Amino acid sequence: MSKTLKTLEDVTIRFAGDSGDGMQLTGTQFTNTTALFGNDLSTLPDYPAEIRAPAGTLFGVSGFQIHFGSSEINTPGDACDVLVAMNPAALKVNLGGLRDGGIIIANSDGFTEKNLKLAGYEKNPLEDDSLQKYQVHAVAITTLTQNALQDLGLSNKLIDRSKNFFALGIMYWMFTRPIDLTVKWIGQKFGKTPEIAEANTRVLKAGYAFGETTEIFVSRFEVQPAELVSGKYRSITGNEAAAWGMIAASVKSRLSLFLGSYPITPASDILHELSKHKNFGVRTFQAEDEIAGITSAIGASYGGALALTTTSGPGMALKSEAMGLAVMTELPLVIIDVQRGGPSTGLPTKTEQADLLQAVSGRNSEAPIPVIAASTPADCFQTAFEASRIALKYMTPVIMLTDGYLANGSEPWLIPDASSLPDISPTFRTDPEGFHPYNRDDKTLARPWAIPGTPGLEHRIGGLEKQHISGNVSYDPANHEFMVRTRQAKIDGIAADLPPAEVEGDPKGELLVVGWGGTYGAIRVAVARRREAGKSVSHLHLKYLNPFQENLGEILYSFKQVLVPELNLGQLSRLLRAKYLIPALSLNKIQGLPFHADEIEKKIDELLP
Amino acid sequence: MNLVDELLQDAPATPEAKLTGKDFQSDQDVRWCPGCGDYSILAQVQRVMPELNIPRHRMAFISGIGCSSRFPYYMDTYGFHSIHGRAPALATGLKIARPDLMVWVATGDGDGLSIGGNHLIHACRRNIDIKILLFNNQIYGLTKGQYSPTSEFGKVTKSTPVGSIDHPFNPLLVALGAEASFVARTLDRDPKHLQQVVRRAAAHRGTSFMEIYQNCNVFNDGAFFTYTEKESKEENVVFVEHGKPMIFGKGKDKGIRLEGFTPTVVSLSDGKYSAADLIVHDEKDTMLSFILARMSNLPDLPRPVGVIYAVDRPIYEAELTRQIESSVGKKGEGKLEELLNSGDTWSIN
Repeated sequence: MSKTLKTLEDVTIRFAGDSGDGMQLTGTQFTNTTALFGNDLSTLPDYPAEIRAPAGTLFGVSGFQIHFGSSEINTPGDACDVLVAMNPAALKVNLGGLRDGGIIIANSDGFTEKNLKLAGYEKNPLEDDSLQKYQVHAVAITTLTQNALQDLGLSNKLIDRSKNFFALGIMYWMFTRPIDLTVKWIGQKFGKTPEIAEANTRVLKAGYAFGETTEIFVSRFEVQPAELVSGKYRSITGNEAAAWGMIAASVKSRLSLFLGSYPITPASDILHELSKHKNFGVRTFQAEDEIAGITSAIGASYGGALALTTTSGPGMALKSEAMGLAVMTELPLVIIDVQRGGPSTGLPTKTEQADLLQAVSGRNSEAPIPVIAASTPADCFQTAFEASRIALKYMTPVIMLTDGYLANGSEPWLIPDASSLPDISPTFRTDPEGFHPYNRDDKTLARPWAIPGTPGLEHRIGGLEKQHISGNVSYDPANHEFMVRTRQAKIDGIAADLPPAEVEGDPKGELLVVGWGGTYGAIRVAVARRREAGKSVSHLHLKYLNPFQENLGEILYSFKQVLVPELNLGQLSRLLRAKYLIPALSLNKIQGLPFHADEIEKKIDELLP
Repeated sequence: MNLVDELLQDAPATPEAKLTGKDFQSDQDVRWCPGCGDYSILAQVQRVMPELNIPRHRMAFISGIGCSSRFPYYMDTYGFHSIHGRAPALATGLKIARPDLMVWVATGDGDGLSIGGNHLIHACRRNIDIKILLFNNQIYGLTKGQYSPTSEFGKVTKSTPVGSIDHPFNPLLVALGAEASFVARTLDRDPKHLQQVVRRAAAHRGTSFMEIYQNCNVFNDGAFFTYTEKESKEENVVFVEHGKPMIFGKGKDKGIRLEGFTPTVVSLSDGKYSAADLIVHDEKDTMLSFILARMSNLPDLPRPVGVIYAVDRPIYEAELTRQIESSVGKKGEGKLEELLNSGDTWSIN
């Protein structure tokens, strides 16, 4: 039977199943193959906090969404075109995100009476007409997997674990992707257990062949490679990019990288990644708690390392006293906060942007710290490098904000030329003549970095207030006010060292949409679409959240209205209102999920009817 | 070669001139209460430092918060007065980043065993090569007199007007339980012994834990006088020494004998027992170390003072350095260009 081939500009697919079904792995494999194929893409892993939540339950559903296309892709997609559902719960949880007319590929073997009941279905939705507005393909994936493996003598449990490769095989066929990369990956990953490698490869191929031969599917699709800027690309997640950005900063600062960190979702992958790169002299220390994570990093910084601590919201809260110590002792330190849903333990595996105010001011007393944020997964590389640059130049802790969406999401990354990265090496103080620990550089107000091991510079620092210049303990009232103001002035002064903020779209007009962090893609798409529709709207995305760039006020004042979409209750808008006295409007979403572009478009239309 | 290695290349690894205790005194006025036991500890540490043949610039003293934690200000070495309880963690980071430094921690019973208990035990467990001086005065001094985690049950203080109902920690048992490789106890009012223990700790490789009985003459005066004063010390303290039988008492007339796992006091003057019947101290005997440490809590037994336990085992930062060297050996020194271009990549023309 001949099958038609349709060309699409972009597609959004969601893989969904039990948290033990391997959906993250399946999605990642599809992503890597698609990246190598040359599409632009954006991904959204969406998984529960439980490692193996009870099978078949709604809360145990793990999903992975990928949006890819032949033109620029900025978001993981608003609505899905294809939903792969391994069981009824996966169907129920994700059906709302599927567009009308979208394709459902369901593992009919997963739709058992027990699973239907767990998902709250009274009748099997694959067998009644409740899904008639979609194109439903019920495939007995488990049975077909068993058939493919019947002569291998594997246990049912092992066979069952391979079934995600069958689904992946079908999707590779449906979207005309090569299977080689995954076959190669299976060989590497399961090299020590050849029977499992053989099983997974066989099932993947069986899935692909099934697509080819079955009469269920009448068409397949192609998505041409995207016309990206020429150069060499790789796929990268935000956590990988952050880790690599720190390695780059270590190389370019000529300092050893030290990471003190306590495992926490969704930041742990930075620890995992950095611990692999010992040949760069990276010293990773899995601390006993969050506090030891940061204080060990402060100790390493005191010793002359490029020091890093990584965490998420609850860990940030625990680190706040030590951040104050780093402010007082004026030591360079990078703190990466991969934000997640809160407060308290909150939604560990979901994304949010609600740590901004904590980052800017969540410490006792006047303890200013620069705050910068990454806007896309790949941007985490440049942002980590920039955080290091500021920390070393100004002798200050710097907070870098990312979020769960950026950390786990991936996109193609134009690999930078290592030699084009600037030298950010600091100068250690070595001359004892006229040395005082708090004698500042006139321009940056940074104090000298005098590390143990330097003859003649023996001195003491600590958390007690310092006498200006000498650094001795001082309780003098006037000195305290002077030092508080000086520490603030040092951080404020960084603004003069930042590139100017740049507006995407017209530099003035009716409406400016101001965003920060991981909302970049959704805002960019929404604003571009509304501009195409003739609206006077522009986009400004802030990397620098403390201090703000010097031209920010001027930009804000050039628009009649300012809208700030945030995954919180309006934290940046509060900062903008306070500093620039403008009636910034908020668009808030607090669902543990990124914005859809159309949610922002709707708000723009409301403001610009 | 990174910037720190470059800097260290030019820095002498041994003192250029002979140092004295005075060289280790900073220009800061010492601000402990007159009569505080901390003065003696400071003086003995300063006295031992020149013997170590390590230049001042290679030493760092790290502390937390509390009276004891003012210690670094008075040492003319590198020093860091950090935040409450975190000194072992900060020292750990410093020592991992800079294994070339000799790193000391000054802490107290509140700082080290209450708010910072977690860091203390994990430093011991990892066997980071840091030297921990724990000043135990069984009271909170800097906050003016609340009971501490080592205060005795029933202790009346500002926060326990009718007596503490907290069972205290035995610091030696905490350190042993945390797998410390060097555990010792000494006394602020016995300068010679204190110096000996500091010397031993300095020579040990791995976490050295020293509990120092320290008199707080303002809030808990005389807490340890039974063990530190001439008239009662000999009858109430057994100074343990590796390879020697455990003898104590005025006129060396008593000893400690093991009956099963229970240490008991026997007389050496009634002809029933001789030195040959007593426990011979073995610093490397793990079981014995726990028995000795537990003696502190048992009635009718003298307090053991001295090096209770000292063994060699792998040191954290040395193991990490070994892993780094092995990784460099296998993969070559990391090259950024190669890292960025590693794995699956594709080109667009």
